[in-house]
Amino acid sequence: MSLTNEIVQQTLSQQFTPKVENFHIEHDMLAFEVKKEASFEVIQFLKENSGMNFNFLTDVCGIHYPDYAKDRQFCVVYHLHNWYDNVRIRIKVFLPADNPEVESIVPLFAGANWQERETYDFYGIVFKNHPQLKRILNMDEMKSFPMRKEFPLEDQGRTDKDDRFFGRTGPNC
Amino acid sequence: MSDLLLVPEKRFEKQIKETKEKDGIELSILNLGPTHPATHGIFQNILLMDGEKIIDGEGTVGYIHRAFEKIAENRPFYQINVLTDRLNYCSSPINNTGWWMTVEKALGIEIPKRVQYMRVIIMELARIADHIICSSVMGVDTGALTGFLYVMQYREKIYEIYEEICGARLTTNMGRIGGFERDWSETAWRKIDEFLEEFPAVWKEFEDLLARNRIFMDRTIGAGAISAEKAISYGFTGPNLRAAGVDYDIRVQNPYCSYEDFEFDIPVGQNGDCYDRFCVRNAEVWESMKIIRQALDKLPAEGGYHADVPDYYLPPKEDVYNNMEALIYHFKIVMGEIPVPSTEVYHSVEGGNGELGFYLITNGSRVPYRLHFRRPCFIYYQAFNEIVKGRSLSDAIITLSSMNVIAGELDA
Repeated sequence: MSLTNEIVQQTLSQQFTPKVENFHIEHDMLAFEVKKEASFEVIQFLKENSGMNFNFLTDVCGIHYPDYAKDRQFCVVYHLHNWYDNVRIRIKVFLPADNPEVESIVPLFAGANWQERETYDFYGIVFKNHPQLKRILNMDEMKSFPMRKEFPLEDQGRTDKDDRFFGRTGPNC
Repeated sequence: MSDLLLVPEKRFEKQIKETKEKDGIELSILNLGPTHPATHGIFQNILLMDGEKIIDGEGTVGYIHRAFEKIAENRPFYQINVLTDRLNYCSSPINNTGWWMTVEKALGIEIPKRVQYMRVIIMELARIADHIICSSVMGVDTGALTGFLYVMQYREKIYEIYEEICGARLTTNMGRIGGFERDWSETAWRKIDEFLEEFPAVWKEFEDLLARNRIFMDRTIGAGAISAEKAISYGFTGPNLRAAGVDYDIRVQNPYCSYEDFEFDIPVGQNGDCYDRFCVRNAEVWESMKIIRQALDKLPAEGGYHADVPDYYLPPKEDVYNNMEALIYHFKIVMGEIPVPSTEVYHSVEGGNGELGFYLITNGSRVPYRLHFRRPCFIYYQAFNEIVKGRSLSDAIITLSSMNVIAGELDA
């Protein structure tokens, strides 16, 4: 029998409740939340259980929700894909604002390596047991995590800069 | 602190010292990039070499990081299209169309068949352009410039078709929410027909130049090989994965834009080496031409060039001046008074390099709350060091060009 969203939901709820919650379908894709201490376990189960077979990690990324409660301001999103039955799922792991830490899934999917580094680079989310957790796209010396919502884009109309130093005036002197 | 967290130069210097003391062998560090001709873009590989042999390596990327995801959080949907152009700039129309389809999925817009077929045509042309570059550049990197210059003319013809359709050539910024900005002109259709007529003979000749060429085969067969299991674990998609023998293609797995209406094969390789990647890309060009021909045959006469969604599709400028309703819609779209649901969408298309995904989160405003690009290059390029470890430098060069790493897509 081919795998459906309902089967995934049932199996996971049986196996992991109360560590998995908030199942819902969004544009044909099953999405749910996993408690941060169980994230590795759940993803490992999804990958290695012969009934689940989520063999491909499509994507890892972070989200910042500064308006949410203190214990769920950061979120790591995993998209997994079962190629045999063509089922995609979205897993969200919410993390607290003051210490966003989650288990790395590099032992399961080698491709998570750079994606987790990117998430660390832009959100400061720490992936425990990651083999090489350092910045990837930004420079190593950078102190801030630029994709967090507290860093707005520069105001296009600001006037306190001296245009001469940015090559924006006529004679560049 | 683990050594891996050091800057690669420091780490390798340590290793050089240790090896010298232990075995008396002198290793050296080589910078491949950031502006090495073989990188075809700006990214760096720091390699630890024993003569010609690569002992270890580390890629340092991010030289052209332009913070697209951050910028996207501050731009209305239609202004994000220009950012997607600059991801894989060898096949921008695929990125553009993928982005529009993501937005349409979030907004729940139905697209007429005719527009879908037009999109298929332009996406397959873009795929041909992408593969022309990658395959011919593999020739250049093995020392055969002729084929490259020969087929580059035909990439130019594809760019002329883009130009006819949207006015731009490389960074096309093509389309709107719901379809195209204008109907395709007679010249555009004629140029597509001409291309389909002339190109097959040229592509055949190009393939004959390299595919059974002894020098080319010696350089590429067995070089840069990766097994199917490894490739899947590393998140490979697209031609690089198919070269390893896995027939995963989004156009078949999750058909979008009516791809299910067309008959085509998915070419796969066997060994996942440079030669197989070359062959898979070449075969895909033939399949793309097959798809375009079918789309031209089946193209419905009715359906216009955009969906009927006045809430999102900018009205023609003449109407804005002469028609009250058009003026209102124009004002609402430009000022951002469009209805947007709060939702989360993941949509992916088969880009030139693999699964190009858009993960869009909206919160009801006209800008995304979060937009993440799943960039195939970024994900599969991390396997590069493992692939070239223990091989010679010349293998690394050809592996780099056969993987078709595009710096724009790598760094976002």
